[in-house]
Amino acid sequence: MEYSRNQKILWALGTVVVLFYALIPVVWIISLSLKDPTTIGDQNFFPREYTLDNYDSVFEGGLGFNRALINSIGIAIITTLLALALASMAAYAITRLEFPGKTLILAGALAISMFPAISIVGGLFNVWRNIGLYDTWPGLILPYLSFALPLSIYTLSAFFREIPWDLEKAAQMDGATGMQAFRKVILPLAMPGVFTAGILAFIVAWNDFLFANVLTATDAARTAPVALSYFRGASQFQDPSGAIAAGAVVVTIPILIMVLIFQRRIVSGLTAGAVKG
Amino acid sequence: MADIVLDKVGKKYPDGFEAVKELNLEIADGEFMILVGPSGCGKSTALNMIAGLEDITSGELRIGGEVVNQKAPRDRDIAMVFQSYALYPHMTVRDNIAFALKLAKRPKEEIDAKVNEAAGILDLQNHLDRKPANLSGGQRQRVAMGRAIVRNPKAFLMDEPLSNLDAKLRVQMRAEVARIQNRLNTTTVYVTHDQTEAMTLGDRVAIMLHGELQQVDSPMNLYNSPRNLFVAGFIGSPGMNFLPATIEGGVAKLPMVDVKLPQEVADRIGRVEPGKKLIAGVRPEDFEDASNVAAETKGRGTTFKTTFDLVEAMGAEYYVHFGVKAEQLESSQVDDLLQDQGGVSETTAEGEAVVVARLSAESRAKTGEPTEVWLDATKLHFFDADSGKSLTAA
Repeated sequence: MEYSRNQKILWALGTVVVLFYALIPVVWIISLSLKDPTTIGDQNFFPREYTLDNYDSVFEGGLGFNRALINSIGIAIITTLLALALASMAAYAITRLEFPGKTLILAGALAISMFPAISIVGGLFNVWRNIGLYDTWPGLILPYLSFALPLSIYTLSAFFREIPWDLEKAAQMDGATGMQAFRKVILPLAMPGVFTAGILAFIVAWNDFLFANVLTATDAARTAPVALSYFRGASQFQDPSGAIAAGAVVVTIPILIMVLIFQRRIVSGLTAGAVKG
Repeated sequence: MADIVLDKVGKKYPDGFEAVKELNLEIADGEFMILVGPSGCGKSTALNMIAGLEDITSGELRIGGEVVNQKAPRDRDIAMVFQSYALYPHMTVRDNIAFALKLAKRPKEEIDAKVNEAAGILDLQNHLDRKPANLSGGQRQRVAMGRAIVRNPKAFLMDEPLSNLDAKLRVQMRAEVARIQNRLNTTTVYVTHDQTEAMTLGDRVAIMLHGELQQVDSPMNLYNSPRNLFVAGFIGSPGMNFLPATIEGGVAKLPMVDVKLPQEVADRIGRVEPGKKLIAGVRPEDFEDASNVAAETKGRGTTFKTTFDLVEAMGAEYYVHFGVKAEQLESSQVDDLLQDQGGVSETTAEGEAVVVARLSAESRAKTGEPTEVWLDATKLHFFDADSGKSLTAA
């Protein structure tokens, strides 16, 4: 389709507006993180002098940010892997098998993923303290899983549904067991879906503030977003905004890396050629 | 290699729909059996039950003498070619063909040798390292065949393997399938809705309708002595012409002419109540331009005058269409046939039923000119209008 000059101008304008809207806060945070603590309130959009002092102070150790980063990465990765392993099998069963209550499970999964976290966090706090999960990794992984799983099941079942069922039948005829057919034929084809679901699960675990704030007390399980909120200035008169901004930038980086790595895998058209198109 | 026996095999779905009803079929070792019928006749369900992809509700299925009702597909040692080919898109052609052997944990040298042999048979040697997405339709079809033959299974099952190919390639692959089956001499069950494929490929053809087996026989026997209306109309192209008829005193009253039945036809039909509604079936080639019929054969039939409203020159022959004043046929099997052919019966501009005849190329047939047409009375078929059963079948 050919666009006229006016259409092109409108498109360009729209793109700029959207980009501006989306990126200004990010640029702002980066700019803040590069400012000297003394010039943090000088109301300049771009820093007069660039400094990496804020990043140094974040990683210095006194703030507990290093440990929090490790907690965050560990908890998010374990959540993601568990969610993928369980969700891929659940989604496969839901798409391929007829069993009573199938739609109920899907609807339930969707409902749970919409559940407001704030309404369960209080009860969870008490339960976790009683059974010893308070301030531990599993204590965070479990609630994250309950939100990441429904999301992953939903995403994956959409992808599984796109895979021609004939492929699985062919694998069975070729002598594969159900598990072999799943592992060697279905799963490789559903990889884009697996990565999509993986990113979603990772983000659920990585971005959470509420659970991590309520269910942790020490460095043992405190995650990066919560650690950020505990940042204080060097003295009570010093504004910690620069350090918080630097921490915020650091927290963004793993997500960026995740998406950049996996976006190449999230390509459609992987099933091309399976059946006559 | 093994024979396949279906003993009163039935399939009933939980919603009560009976896809296959008490199917009895014995497929001999090395035989090429075709299951054919209109869509929804249960032929694919029957094939899936043999494959093990669908459970058998009732009856017994034996492969090589062994009851396999409860066996998983992988334990039945049969290979299947799917209509959609179902190639694994993330594997190369080589891996696709080798997949079954790898699952069976065969030694690597044996896998390589067998894959190369299969590729040789199917002319795929140059494509072994390509992915299915980069292959043409015909090549994909051959890969699907290769996946089946590489295992040297007890039987091949083919589910409309050629219907996704274009017409020219289909004819070519049809010959190739026949050649491969001949060469390997493996028991084959082949499902199709195309009667041409059924006729040309099969040692025997099983015709199904509404989950019931109508007739099993060699293609020529099906063609020459169909057991009922449906089989008669399904086999042959153009199809058999059906006309309302009655028989009285050895004379068949057809809409265009009264035909004195030859003794052997009359004997075969036996006694028919005068006035009982019958349906007469005439194959297009059993008509001929009267001026081209030799004097000694002319006595076998009757001539009548008609005017062609369409003449199709095919080179080697003519197809001529002419109208006949006849009431609408009332038979459920005729309705089934019509449905299979698109649901509309052909009529002339005046709303008469259309008869298609095949005349030899010497004919001077012209549209709109009255012509004398000869009808071979010894080849007439008669069917009971109510039950559809043939009165003339041997």
